[in-house]
Amino acid sequence: MATLKELAKVEERFVGGHRLCAGCGHGISVRMVLNAAEDANVVVGCATGCLEVASTIYPYTAWNCSFIHSAFENAGATIGGVEAAYKSLKKQGKLDKDFKFVAFGGDGGTYDIGFQSLSGAMERGHNIVYVCLDNEAYMNTGIQRSSATPMGADTTTSPAGKVVPGKQQPRKDLTAIMAAHNIPYAAQTAISNWQDVHRKAKKAFDVEGPAFINILSPCPRGWRYNTPDIVELVKAAVETRFWPMYEVENGKWKLNYKPKKYVPIEEFLKPQGRFRHLFAPGNEHMIKAIQEEIDNRWLALLERCGETPELPPK
Amino acid sequence: MKNKVAITGNEAVAQAMKQINPDVVAAYPITPQTEVVQIFSSFVSNGQVDTEFVTVESEHSAMSAAIGASAAGARAMTATSSQGLALMFEMVYIASSLRLPIVFPVVNRALSGPINIHCDHSDAMGIKDSGVIQLFSENAQEAYDNMIQAVRIAEHPDVLLPVSVNFDGFITSHALDVLEVLDDDTVKSFVGRYQPEEYLLDAKNPVSMGNFDMYDFYFEHKRQQVAAMEAAKKVIEEVGKEYEAISGRKYGLIDAYRLEDAEMAVVVLNSAAGSAKGVVDELREKGMKVGVLKPRAFRPFPFEAVQEALKKVKAVAVLDRAETFSTLGGPMFADVRTALYDLKNDIKVVNYVYGLGGRDLRLEDVEKVFGDLADIIKTGRADKFVNYLGLRE
Amino acid sequence: MTPFNRNFGQGRNTKAVRLDMNWKELTKAGNIYEPGNAATYETGDWRTIRPVWNKDRCIHCLICWRYCPDASIISTDGKFDSFDYKHCKGCGICASVCPVHAIDMFSEDEIDRREEARKNEE
Repeated sequence: MATLKELAKVEERFVGGHRLCAGCGHGISVRMVLNAAEDANVVVGCATGCLEVASTIYPYTAWNCSFIHSAFENAGATIGGVEAAYKSLKKQGKLDKDFKFVAFGGDGGTYDIGFQSLSGAMERGHNIVYVCLDNEAYMNTGIQRSSATPMGADTTTSPAGKVVPGKQQPRKDLTAIMAAHNIPYAAQTAISNWQDVHRKAKKAFDVEGPAFINILSPCPRGWRYNTPDIVELVKAAVETRFWPMYEVENGKWKLNYKPKKYVPIEEFLKPQGRFRHLFAPGNEHMIKAIQEEIDNRWLALLERCGETPELPPK
Repeated sequence: MKNKVAITGNEAVAQAMKQINPDVVAAYPITPQTEVVQIFSSFVSNGQVDTEFVTVESEHSAMSAAIGASAAGARAMTATSSQGLALMFEMVYIASSLRLPIVFPVVNRALSGPINIHCDHSDAMGIKDSGVIQLFSENAQEAYDNMIQAVRIAEHPDVLLPVSVNFDGFITSHALDVLEVLDDDTVKSFVGRYQPEEYLLDAKNPVSMGNFDMYDFYFEHKRQQVAAMEAAKKVIEEVGKEYEAISGRKYGLIDAYRLEDAEMAVVVLNSAAGSAKGVVDELREKGMKVGVLKPRAFRPFPFEAVQEALKKVKAVAVLDRAETFSTLGGPMFADVRTALYDLKNDIKVVNYVYGLGGRDLRLEDVEKVFGDLADIIKTGRADKFVNYLGLRE
Repeated sequence: MTPFNRNFGQGRNTKAVRLDMNWKELTKAGNIYEPGNAATYETGDWRTIRPVWNKDRCIHCLICWRYCPDASIISTDGKFDSFDYKHCKGCGICASVCPVHAIDMFSEDEIDRREEARKNEE
């Protein structure tokens, strides 16, 4: 693993001057991922969303490399087309440089509207990296629920009301769905462990064929937490097993981090305004349901990873 | 060397694609376009082209992948029909906005619903205002010729817009026709090598494409597209002349058939123009001064050429194979009528919607239209300007 | 093929786009030909709190560089160099992740007031 001293010498591909909110998780995630491409030529694709609108306000681009955005639901197909062009031009001898390809999409553009396009691109085996910057709702349009929104969250289309306490459904497990495409590499990571993000991004760039990385990328506005605490919050997501870090390489599942003790989900929920209503009297059942869902998914994940399916000691 | 062959329209178009040898084709099967994709994939499988064939999971992804490929610096194509074109509409608009010279055959078929697989032009008319150049083809020969010219038109530096090559589903796509194909080398040197000025895979000059364009610049970028469309009119004619030199076949913005001294004309796209020409020949023998105007380019609309071709006629019938449901008739009617309005020649312009969902246009239908036009000239009155041809009233 | 040299405002001829440019002068399709030119756009005035470096405490681990969403930690030879105040939005993440508390956040208003006071004293 390269040290930060070395990594800091890699040319910055996502420069300051973009218009993401102060403290946006996307800025951190994108910088970490692109940094792992080291000195390669990179083409970045991007789905419509916060990242795209904040980074390419004409005539300014924050991308210090080639970049393409075309629409919301098609980052997979678009970057797949770029990669197909590369393959074709390369094989015909019309291009001599080597390139790597990465597409970024939010959870809306990845779990929901761009799901088909992504699935197609993965199945076709393009040599691309797709990175989902999962901030768990449609933040760019003003915090509407997506299929990545966790159960109980208060969003503008799953508002915590007098009768319905936030989103009623648990989140879609996209990383597992991507792994089910039998692609060479699928992983879930969290910025609280930069070494993990770096290692996975590097691996994703290096494998031959499609790679998928899901990064939990907090949104200070949508999640309503104290902005500077982003890393602590993501750490809580990992410790409570809300966001397990794992990878699936050539069909082999591997858990990358196992919390030493049982940390209840409240540790992750409490600092966030979007879950505040869950702590009001009468909503205890919601927290219980969320905890059950997390514990069940954790046990299933351990089983897939060939580990003993047991909860951490309380 | 010229070569006469008996093939279908789909085979002719696939043949043209093979000779063009695009860097990337991304396509999804749909009736009646499917054969184009199938035949082309056999060229790929057998190593007869250098193309990367991207077997996308939808037409939306087909155009998206073509956009990625074209932006990356590849000569890219797709192909579709009907619902497929409707699904890719969003990306068609973006392809032209990004100024990417993607060529795509559209095998014209009615739009659902109810579902129907046969020919009309409702699919093509759905993208008429999306900034794409639309060429129409009377038969397999024209579809083949249009494909090859489309590459040059699309990639011309003054244009840089997608070009769709339309031909009628089943009527042209599936019917066996005798046509002349050019030899591979002639096509190769005619289309040349695609060398974009800026492209994603230019390691020395990275470019950001598809940026966020607000009210302070978006309008200007739209105006550029209009200029490109305007420039396309000249380019279509220039490329047509060059193509004539290698093929002996003439191509311009329009095809004016026996219009020099005509008093009456029908304006019609694609295969129905062939039927109309046959009727014109018959009526001419009976002494009627009739002619046909077949726009080859529908977008950009050949306003000046239409004016010039029709300025001396007394009555015109525009035959539209699509409805607009505006209660003002078909889509081409409005454009032709607009072109003729400023001539102040009191040309009567009426509209006939025909052939929806694959309904045959019979020769007697065309004869009836000319009969109606003769009445209009005689009485000086055109009371009903939207009519339905071949419909059970 | 015609050479690509007679484009009306559609090529690489407009390095710096200006608001008063007409449609013929602007780049084709809104393409941007200067990678990373957002660096010329300053977001520093968004800041309400400012990170200030405590040189004595800093161990140059560069964790702050790693976690800055705005690439506003400038490092030289693998060491902390300075903040890029032209782009730093004052999110406070750098101060929060610093393991040795070598970054303090100060209110911009407070800093302004102190500057003012110092000037008055002089």
